[in-house]
Amino acid sequence: MNDSIAIKVDAVSKQYNDHTVALQEVDLEVRRGELFGLIGPDGAGKTTLIRILCSLILADSGRASVEDWDVVKDYRKIRSNIGYMPGRFSLYQDLSVEENLRFFATTFGTTIRANYDLIKDIYVQIEPFKKRKAGKLSGGMKQKLALSCALIHKPKVLLLDEPTTGVDAVSRKEFWEMLKQLRDKGITILVSTPYMDEASMCERVALIQEGRIMDVASPEEIIRKFDKELLAIRTNKMYQLIGDLRQMEQTHSAFPFGDFVHLATREKIDETSLRQYLRDKGHTSIQMKPIEPNIEDCFMDLMI
Amino acid sequence: MEKSISVNQLTKRFGKFTAVDAISFEVDKGEIFGFLGANGAGKTTAIRMLTGLSKPTAGKAMVAGFDIQRQREKVKRKIGYMSQKFSLYEDLTVRENIVLYGGIYGLPNKVIREKSGLMLENLELKEVSKTLVKSLPLGWKQKLAFSVAIMHDPAIVFLDEPTGGVDPITRRQFWEMIYEAADTGVTVFVTTHYMDEAEYCDRVSIMVDGRIAAMDTPYQLKKDFQAKSMNDVFLQLVRPEKSTAL
Repeated sequence: MNDSIAIKVDAVSKQYNDHTVALQEVDLEVRRGELFGLIGPDGAGKTTLIRILCSLILADSGRASVEDWDVVKDYRKIRSNIGYMPGRFSLYQDLSVEENLRFFATTFGTTIRANYDLIKDIYVQIEPFKKRKAGKLSGGMKQKLALSCALIHKPKVLLLDEPTTGVDAVSRKEFWEMLKQLRDKGITILVSTPYMDEASMCERVALIQEGRIMDVASPEEIIRKFDKELLAIRTNKMYQLIGDLRQMEQTHSAFPFGDFVHLATREKIDETSLRQYLRDKGHTSIQMKPIEPNIEDCFMDLMI
Repeated sequence: MEKSISVNQLTKRFGKFTAVDAISFEVDKGEIFGFLGANGAGKTTAIRMLTGLSKPTAGKAMVAGFDIQRQREKVKRKIGYMSQKFSLYEDLTVRENIVLYGGIYGLPNKVIREKSGLMLENLELKEVSKTLVKSLPLGWKQKLAFSVAIMHDPAIVFLDEPTGGVDPITRRQFWEMIYEAADTGVTVFVTTHYMDEAEYCDRVSIMVDGRIAAMDTPYQLKKDFQAKSMNDVFLQLVRPEKSTAL
């Protein structure tokens, strides 16, 4: 029994019938009261891990527990004490906002009023539409309703599977603000996302790729561990620039990053000679600056 | 510079609701143009008009040299389209997909044979040419889908959220393919609400409530809005009162 650990995953592996390996020996600990991000692209194994923690599917091997309840043995306890928001909108489209909320409250043997405090800040934003059918809500509102329903029984732990996928940047930002407020109320939150930039909203993150966890740390720590020199470069010929940089001996990697190319090298590179090299290759309007890596740089570095 | 798309006061009304409100812009040949907006801002309606699927209420637009009011079928022949959600038939093999699309585009059999050989070679998909598309990794599917979308040498290719959700390395390989196509003169029209995809475009426009609220290079927009990212620019435009960075 460890007081400070809310979610524990110990060497969990899972393979599906079509032989897709979803998880390989995954270890993970989420601390109580933490806002923890599971960050990785589609197909990395995020949904599989969350479903195992919800007791919806079984791991092939390994153990997992939530609040010290084993996901196999104590699945009933888990189901009544966690809030789960699946990736796909899973509320009753033909019921109104209010009816959905009441339905979930009743299912968990509670009432809206009993736990209204917890959902109030979120629910007031959709309350003007409480008579509207859930299927007729906009993406951002659906998401708020789903979160309200996942919270209605006052769960100790929230498991959210890609809650911000497919919603626009504004709703995404509002959603993270809500999660921070819930975390401040003492709820442990595990949230998965394919958006690398959302890592900065979490206290700690796990970077997951092809069923393996590549690193677990705070976003700041992950950035600190990056052991290459990084330059952001921009010229008049961006497509050619990628190829020219990759030809250099010192280059570890060169990847487009929006309107700049990020050049990673093991040793610090002399900017004057690099400028000359690029001019010789026909580039003009050369801009160059040393930069701090972001989570995406780190994620890619771990993949290579 | 040769214009690939030129839009003048383009408008679409549904009853009393104005979905697209007199928008005007131009896209150069070989440019990568990002067309952004929040959910419900009018993006989809505008694209349906530009691709000849829906008739404008007012205004004018030329796409690949054809008028979208009067020459909609000609427009359709000059464009390619790829969406992340649906582009390939999952239950057909790699080669079958290529041949099928070649046929739909009306390419002669001989050309289809040559093109499919070349595409399989370039994409390094020769060994899996008889594999069903559904069992390919997402990144491979996307690259194949893009190649298929430009196999009839369209003047413009429309991409709908082309790289959402893929891993960062595959995403970059995909953007390099887009850069390469643009380098050969194909105009690339990208719609997305992933703001980090917007960073890769030569120029972007941002729609708010049926109008174009801003249009420039990502570099200049970030400068003008004193923003660190396009996400931040977007937030300032859409919700001016809540404009702190994510």
